[in-house]
Amino acid sequence: MRGHLGIRILQVIPTLLLVSIYVFCLQQLMPGDPALVLAGEERDPTVLAQIRAELWLDRPLVIQYFHWIGNVLTGDFGFSWRIRQPVAMLIGQKLPVTLQLGTMAFIIAVSIGVPMGIISAVNKNGFLDYLANGIGLAGLSTPNFWLGIMLILLISVQLGWLPPSGYVPLSEDWRQSLATTIMPAFVLGNAIAAVLMRHTRSAMLTALEQDYVRTARAKGLTEWVVVLRHALRNALVPVVTLGALELGTLLSGAVLTEQVFSVPGFGKLIVDAVFNRDYPVVQGVVLVTATVYVSLNLIADVLYVLINPRLRGA
Amino acid sequence: MRQPILATALLAATVLSAGVTTPLAAQDLPTLRIGLADDADALDPTMARSFVGRIVFAGLCDKLVDLDSNLKIIPQLAQSFEWTDSKTLVFKLRPGVKFHDGTDLDAAAVKYTMERHLTMQGSGRRAEISALDHVEIVDPLTVKMVLKAPSAPFLAALTDRAGMIISPKAAEAAGKDFSQKPVCAGPFKFVERVAQDHITLDRFDGYWNAGAIKLGRIIYRTVTDPSVRLANLQAGALDMAERIGPTDVDAVKKNAKLKLAVYDGLGYQGITFNTNHGERAKTPIGQSALVRQAFSLAIDRTALVQVVYAGMFTPSAQAVSSASPFYAADVPAPARDVAAARKLLAEAGVKLPVVVELTVTNTADQQQTGEVIQSMAAEAGFEVKVRTMEFAASLDADDRGDFSAHLIGWSGRADADGNLYVFVKSGGPQNVGGYSNKDVDGWLDEARIVQDVAARKALYGKVAAQEVKDLPLMYLYINKWITGMSTKIEGYTPVADGMIRPQGITLAK
Repeated sequence: MRGHLGIRILQVIPTLLLVSIYVFCLQQLMPGDPALVLAGEERDPTVLAQIRAELWLDRPLVIQYFHWIGNVLTGDFGFSWRIRQPVAMLIGQKLPVTLQLGTMAFIIAVSIGVPMGIISAVNKNGFLDYLANGIGLAGLSTPNFWLGIMLILLISVQLGWLPPSGYVPLSEDWRQSLATTIMPAFVLGNAIAAVLMRHTRSAMLTALEQDYVRTARAKGLTEWVVVLRHALRNALVPVVTLGALELGTLLSGAVLTEQVFSVPGFGKLIVDAVFNRDYPVVQGVVLVTATVYVSLNLIADVLYVLINPRLRGA
Repeated sequence: MRQPILATALLAATVLSAGVTTPLAAQDLPTLRIGLADDADALDPTMARSFVGRIVFAGLCDKLVDLDSNLKIIPQLAQSFEWTDSKTLVFKLRPGVKFHDGTDLDAAAVKYTMERHLTMQGSGRRAEISALDHVEIVDPLTVKMVLKAPSAPFLAALTDRAGMIISPKAAEAAGKDFSQKPVCAGPFKFVERVAQDHITLDRFDGYWNAGAIKLGRIIYRTVTDPSVRLANLQAGALDMAERIGPTDVDAVKKNAKLKLAVYDGLGYQGITFNTNHGERAKTPIGQSALVRQAFSLAIDRTALVQVVYAGMFTPSAQAVSSASPFYAADVPAPARDVAAARKLLAEAGVKLPVVVELTVTNTADQQQTGEVIQSMAAEAGFEVKVRTMEFAASLDADDRGDFSAHLIGWSGRADADGNLYVFVKSGGPQNVGGYSNKDVDGWLDEARIVQDVAARKALYGKVAAQEVKDLPLMYLYINKWITGMSTKIEGYTPVADGMIRPQGITLAK
């Protein structure tokens, strides 16, 4: 067990190193000169030269990379070229927002998608199946951007029930915090609910045709016990895997939804940074997101071994 | 079975418990919530470069001189100013002015700030005040700025960030972190900033003109999407929103709780032609002024503005806004004349259709403008190919001369020099098309030396008339500022620079 864990942790190091090289090189391929963007309307050659010198842009790429990664290893992610705040501070501000929004969206998605998939499978080709499929299809094909604006116009502007946009931290006022995040979380969760519903439905349909389900029915168990205790448990395996992937995506930021609801999360941070060629921010955010992904995978692997004793010898 | 969910939930709970807190307002005066169309950049007058940053500075940092609603330069931190000769500008400072940290604003602080603008690495002010040679302290409240050469536009630069005086004590203590806690002498002091979300300023009780401030706090919120900015205004989550979309103007007008301030800005939108910058200049439209004149006549500016901007902007054929004292009334926007355009093309002897590659930025309105130009120009014998690019990439292409025609705007400056010199003077840093005309260079240089407004206006009039003939830049329209606000707001004074000056603004509860 210890050996297995040790190897897995060691594997994280080259992975993250590769990610750092990858993101550093990739943004060099972006057209546009960061100094020009930063200079804004003051495009004087001496100003441009000064900016390049200040940000090490006039040095060879390899030197720039080692300068950056060296600082990262000591915990210094550098500072945003555009707003002159430390990247670590920006990440510290945005990560809780994205985690809150992602978690809420995920809870909404699971609580809509999984029951709908079960109902749909149990009532195969019945009215409820068609209804659930219809809702699922609508959820999949509605653009987040459009749904967001419509919700704002209806719930905030017409009815005045919720604030139209913005964000209040949970620690400051949890009611306001939920009020500002529930609409974006619903928009995000809605699309994922549709995916989960489709997968739950097909997994449940397969499970319901298995021999053990027939056996359970033959034992005289009630239909709901058969469905929930026997079929669902097995059907959930692929759904949970998919859910975990979707959660990972949520945690890397939801660009359009954050934009519509002016939620200051990871998505908005990285997109603005890309457009402004704010390289340290792009690099920092990608590296942190990658670290979160890899850590979650690592934890999952450890749990996997703990849960399944057959793997302990491996 | 993998179970990363639990781990994530735990991680979420841990991080969420460490949130950001906002201090409560100390006063009973109302809080003004302003919606900004972008996120501001560094909150340091020396480093800052963004437009919305200037709106925040209007609350945070006073300047030596300001602009009134007629764009006349008026005293602010300086009680008076005087050109003692064409190269020497003397400021008498207002006595008793305090910075937010309680230190005095005196001649030493002015000298310190100007030198910081000139020498700090990455300064965004250097080019604006490059005419400045040195600053002399005459006495604690008198400061003398000595220029290298006469420069009439120098004073106008001090109505913006270059004229904002910062606390030397705070700047020395903070070093390059000054932008995280800026200390100036404006009506409001910095409280906090959450990037891409909001900037909060609180009333500064020690402000020299405290009587003019009827607000306790200003929160500048970044809401980039125009529809969402409008929705926030409609829902009462914002009291004021800058840059309402021209097509949303009707929605604001119909709302009994909202009102609008619509006024001419200082900036323009135009097409820069590559006439002399590398290989890409060697096109019929790059080489022949007649072809460019035909192109200009083929475009109906009024219809263009009507289609794309609901008729809200002002068609124009010059760089200077009609709001400016330097506007040349005798250079009007030409009416569309397809027959005349065809005649000019025949005179130029070019093969039809004349192919023009027009670079546009990938925003909805810019692309639509490109398409309208494409269809209008087609009738006169042009084949416009629209090349859509992201903004940063298009700037880079401009710099390399990798463009033929570029639809691009300029936010505008209070002095006409700021809208012309760097763009059309031979070798100017933003003269990306490589235009060069000895007469134009001479007039632009002379307008920098002459102080008299009427004489300068005549010179800029000559430049405008010559530009219509040569068309290095084909101006399309002058932007308007469209500011939406609650009817509870009174006392807002529109100034063509588009700033939201908090002085005099009241907000009924």
